[in-house]
Formats: sequence, structure tokens, C-alpha cells
Amino acid sequence: MEDKELLPGESEGLSRRDFIKTGLAGAAAVGIAGMPLDALAQRAKKAPPKEKPAGPPVPPELKVEKDAVLRVLRWEVFVQGDKDLFNKNTKKWEELTGSKVMLEYIGWEDVRPKAAMAATVGAGHDMVLGWHDDPHLYPDKLLDVTDLATYLGRKYGGWEPVCPKYGINPKTGRWIAIPIGGPVNCINYRESWVKEAGYEKPPRDIQNFIKMCKKLKANGHPPGFALGHAVGDGNNWTHQWLWTFGGKCVDRDGNVVINSPETWNALEAVKELYETLIPGTASWLDPHNNKAFLAGEISVTTNGISIYAAAKDKWPEIAKDMNHVNMPIGPVGRPTELHLFNQAFIFKFTRFPNACKHYLTFMLEEPQAAPWINAMIGYVGPSLKAYKNLPVWTSDPKITPFRECIANMLWNGYEGPEGPASAAAMAEYIVVDLIADACVRGKSPKEAALIAEQRLARIYKKKVAPKAVPKEKKA
Amino acid sequence: MSPAQSTTEKGGWPQPQLAFSRLLENRTLLGFLLVIPAEAILLIFLAYPFVLGLWLGFTDTLVGGEGEYIGFDNYVSLLQDSTFWLVTYNTFFYTIVAVILKAILGFALAIVLNRDFKTKGLIRAIILLPWIIPTALSAIVFWWLYDSTFSAISWSLIKMGLINYRIDFLGDPNNARWSLIVANVWRGIPFFTIGLLAGLQTINPTLYEAAAIDGAGSWSKFRRITLPMVVPLLAVVTTFSTIWTFGDFQLVWVITKGGPANATHLFGTLSFQRAIPGGHFGEGAAISNFILPILVVCVLISFKYLRRED
Repeated sequence: MEDKELLPGESEGLSRRDFIKTGLAGAAAVGIAGMPLDALAQRAKKAPPKEKPAGPPVPPELKVEKDAVLRVLRWEVFVQGDKDLFNKNTKKWEELTGSKVMLEYIGWEDVRPKAAMAATVGAGHDMVLGWHDDPHLYPDKLLDVTDLATYLGRKYGGWEPVCPKYGINPKTGRWIAIPIGGPVNCINYRESWVKEAGYEKPPRDIQNFIKMCKKLKANGHPPGFALGHAVGDGNNWTHQWLWTFGGKCVDRDGNVVINSPETWNALEAVKELYETLIPGTASWLDPHNNKAFLAGEISVTTNGISIYAAAKDKWPEIAKDMNHVNMPIGPVGRPTELHLFNQAFIFKFTRFPNACKHYLTFMLEEPQAAPWINAMIGYVGPSLKAYKNLPVWTSDPKITPFRECIANMLWNGYEGPEGPASAAAMAEYIVVDLIADACVRGKSPKEAALIAEQRLARIYKKKVAPKAVPKEKKA
Repeated sequence: MSPAQSTTEKGGWPQPQLAFSRLLENRTLLGFLLVIPAEAILLIFLAYPFVLGLWLGFTDTLVGGEGEYIGFDNYVSLLQDSTFWLVTYNTFFYTIVAVILKAILGFALAIVLNRDFKTKGLIRAIILLPWIIPTALSAIVFWWLYDSTFSAISWSLIKMGLINYRIDFLGDPNNARWSLIVANVWRGIPFFTIGLLAGLQTINPTLYEAAAIDGAGSWSKFRRITLPMVVPLLAVVTTFSTIWTFGDFQLVWVITKGGPANATHLFGTLSFQRAIPGGHFGEGAAISNFILPILVVCVLISFKYLRRED
């Protein structure tokens, strides 16, 4: 497929830079050039020599503490199958080890503050399934899980290219979180209306995509993309749009480079797109596009599988007429998607570090993970490549595009480091506001880029990356 | 005189108990002891977080980490931040407009409800509803009313033939500001109404009768009797409302999350956004500390009028 051809080059380029940055000596970098990404990830600076990929992968030896009781915090599910299987697998682990897991599901946006509180006070949940750069806000509070990451990566076809960026602490080169995957977005569209506009499916090329949107609007079926402070839907498509024109907030070293011709081009193009959108998208939060799509008010939007799942349930005629494709690609010529990204991390303060690691490994092993991912009906794209071969991705061709999303994605804060600054920039909706400034507030691309530049400069100047852990203390 | 004394004289009660009961006779000490529980609650749940918040504003604390004292850096940095200035404008605009509207409408409603009519008890109870419904709940209702696609307001106006397009309540920066103000006013009117109604009912009716005999009209009676009599109460109610409106969070967070393009961010929401999702406790605390001087002024005003009432 087109994506697959594009991706390896991208991934290797990124990973090489990444690992040079994380401390590999130049000479070592030459030596490892061309190696697959996951192998590179596992050979980060301080990885012990025994982690060389040789022989069949052996699970880390973890002696589960006696009478372990784990408190695990995760997000409330988007599809019921997720919860059913997660609970079932957890119960299996409890039976296997005689330990106990207290699972707490809370609204996905509430996980960050709650995990942050645990990190701050040094007590609370032992393990968290959190979002984006959470682990990079308090990297020195997290347990090293390099052994798990190495094992799982080797056993299950390697991690998707973006995973090391999210999972590895750049200061130490060690994994501090295990990437789970992400509730991923695709272009959701109504087949009949897109055909009416003269297209078999939404074009992958962004200029033609805009043309299609113009035709859709002319036919009375406008598209709709969230431009309000929508945590997921707003951030995802606006970042992708900026990046695919070559614009970005910061360079590899965290220098602000948003005010660039590439950004201006992205803004010129998005203004054209905005003209075609249904009125009111500037106020849209995450649920708006779902409602508008299911009400037949819009023809095209970006969303996860949830619209399709809801349609199959209640509006079968819409489910029949809708489909998905991956996000359009601009001048940079390769996918630059952003999706919500989920990863599991364990706090150092836990009394049961082995049990936590054992539980996490168990949950991601094929006998548990496969039915779990299948039950999520395409909602959460996997971060381990082997899980792209599961039946769920081909059981319904309308689900298949979601399979490639994690492989297509960059990280929030691209192309800079993960940390407090990237978290702050995203939390402040800098990119969403950049696009909204140009589209809604009538700013010229240069004015809008200047505002974003000033806001980013403040964030990246002041917010230094988290201090490195002086020396990894071995227990 | 006391039973304690008499029993001790008989040698019944031990000496320390007597001393303790004598101590309790000291009104100052007893008073102090009785307020200890309340003081402790105030100290732990109000004073400590308050002082901690003040302190955090002078540090560079990140989430999950310990910060260092950085003096006024947060404040200087905020003063150079265009978003902060936009938010300052938003907060003052929101507060001033909303409080004035609430005061006028609430006062008017109080005067109407002060009249004698059937079912006035029931009506007064109903008036309180917006105030007692949880804000998050009423915010969701307004969120739907203002929806760009499904707004019942737009739908009704279109059906009535008054407009032929859907109103973009929350997508346009100015519309969004006014929409939130309307929601806030709706929620806040009952506080003014009930507060002022209580004040109106304390005015001696003979004053109005005397004024009527002297030939005063409705407007004169309002200006010369009603208004001067409720001004102290009006001042107190207004300052309380100002404090709450200035620190508003829930309405904005549920309806717009500060969008579009930060047009509806208030101090409270910006502070939360930067501290919790953004991970910068120090800066978040500094933003909320900017509210402090305003609130202190409000407290002083209400204090002055409360004393006058004494």
C-alpha cells in the first residue's frame, strides 16, 4: 500500500535522529544505521548488552510479590467490548497469580490530572494508562520498563515508529512507558455524497481533497471539522494539517519555527477549506462532529470508529452509506497524522513493581491482547506491529483504514522533544488556535503565525525539559 | 453557687476537675475552645490551600515535581503574554456585564415578587430553581441550546420565519462571549432576587403610606425610599456575585473550554488549563493569584456595608 512504502523511510529517519539525540555516540550511530526501528529503540544508550536481539524473545523474569494488590487507573472505554475484555483478562491474571487488581475507569480527560496528582504526592495508583506526553511530565517518578518494551517489541513484530518517542525518556534512553496504542482518527465520509461530487472516495492529495470539499458544499452537503477547543478531534486534524504542509511548532532542539512559509501555506489552504465547512465549527468540541454526521448535516469529518459504531447500532442506513479513508497528504508527501496516544506507566512508589510489570506484560501477550483488540472493533490502533494482522482489521473493509493510523502518526510536539513544553503547547491549543485565528478571527496567515510564535516562544523558552535522573538507582 | 462547688466542698470531686470546670467559667477561654473546631476546618481547608496557592505562584513547580522559588518571574512572563491580556479583558467584560445585568434584572424581579398576589410562595420557590440546579447540569443544557447544528433557539426562530440561518452562538468570538453571559445571568438572577426580596420586606409599609399622602409617585417612592433602604444589601449581594462571577469556571469549561480562539477564557479556566492539562502548577497558581486583588477589594466593600448594617 501507499502508506507502507512511505513509512519505513520516515520511521528510520526519525529513529536515527532520535537515538543520536538520546545519547548514542556518532560512531555508534553509523554502526546501527539501517537497523529496524524497534531494534534501535531497544539498543538505546544505557540498554544492557544482553538485550541484543538474539534468539527467541524471553519474557523478563518477574517474581510477583506475595499478596500484591494493584491499583490501576485507566480511561473509561469508548466501546463496551474494551471494558469486557480488559476486565476478563485482568481476572485471568488474578487467577494466575493470586494477586488482586483494583481497576478504576474514569473519563479519559480526567486521567491526566489524577495521574499527575499521584506523581506529585507519591501515592495513589500503581499503574496508569495515560495519554500523550504524561510520562514525560514526571519521568523520574516512573519505573524503568525497558525489559518489557524490549521483550514485547521483539516478540510482536516491533513497535510502530512513533512508539519510542512516546515511551523512551530522551535523557536516559530508557523506556518509562509501554505504548498501548491510540483511539485513532480517519476521514469519515458519506459514500453517496462523495460520489455525487464526482469522487470514488475522498482524494488522498490535499489539494484535491479541498476541491472535493468545495463540490460537497456546493451540493448542500458541507464537511465539518472541529475548530473549537476539542481535545482530541480539534488537536488531531489541525496538527496533521500543519505538518503535512511542512509547518511545525518547533525543530528537533525545541526552537520555535512556526512562523515559516510552510505554515503560511498551510493557513492559506485551510482558509479555503474553512469556506466549505458547515457554519459553527469554530465552537465544536469533541462530540459535535459525531452528532452532526449522524444527523446527516455533514458529509465528511475526522473521527474514530465511534460514528460508524453508533450508526451500525442505531442508523443502519448511514452505516451502509459511510466509509473511511486515511487523512489527506500535503506537500511533504508522507503521512503526518496525530492521534490520541495511550500508554501504560508504573510509578516507582508502587510496593509491587514486579506484579505491575508482570500484569502489563500479561495483558499485552497475544492470548489476551488479540481478543481485546478484536473486541475494540477498530477503535484503538495497536502499537505493536503484529497486532495489525488480527482479524478485526479485515473483518469489515470499513475498519481497515484505522489499522495504519499509528504507523502514520507523528508525536505531539513534533519535531521537538516530549516534555512539559510540548504538553503545555497542546493543552493551550496553540495549533488549533492558529488555524482558528486564520479562519475564524480573520487574521492573515502571517499574523496568525506570529501570534502562535509568540505563544510558543513563551512556552518553550521558559519551560525547560525535565531534569535528567542523575543516575539510575538500581534496586 | 454552682453544683460543682458544692460537691467539692463535700469532698466529692477531685481537684483538677474543679480547676477545669472553673476554667470553663471563663467566657473568653470557653469561647476560644468552642470555635477551635471551626477554626481548624478553616485553617486546614481554606487557609492552607490558599497560602499554598500563593506560594506556588512564586515557584516554577511542574506537575509531579518540586519547584524552586523564582520570585515574580511567573507574573512578569504573564504580563508579556498576549493570551493573558485577552483573558483579562474577557474576565472583566464577563464580570462587569453579567453582574450589572443580574443586578438590574434581579432587582426588578424582587420588586415584582414583593407585591401581594396569589401563589407568590410558589413563584418565589420556582424563581430559585436556576440557582439550585447544579451548574454543570445547566451548563450542559445551555451547551445544547447554543449548539451550532441542533440549537432549539435557532430551530424555533427558523420555524417562526424570523431567521433563515442557524445562529452561530459559540463559533463567533463575540457571540460566544454574550452567550456565556446570558447563561451566567440566567443562573445568577435568583441570588439577587431572593437577597433583595428579603431586604424589601423589611421596609416599613408606613413609609410608603406617608409618601403617598405627600403625593409621591411610584418612581419617587422607589428612588427616595426603596433604593436607599436596600442599598447596603444591594452592595453586599453585588460584591458576592462579583466574586463568584469573576472566579467562574464551570459554565465556560463545559460550554466552550475557553474557545473559540481563547475568546471566552477566564482567569479560572486559563489557570486550570495551564496548571492541570498543561502541567505548570506555578504559572496556573500565578494566574489565579491575579484574581486576589480584585477579590480583596470586593471583600472590603462587602465588609464595609456589612458593618454599616450592624
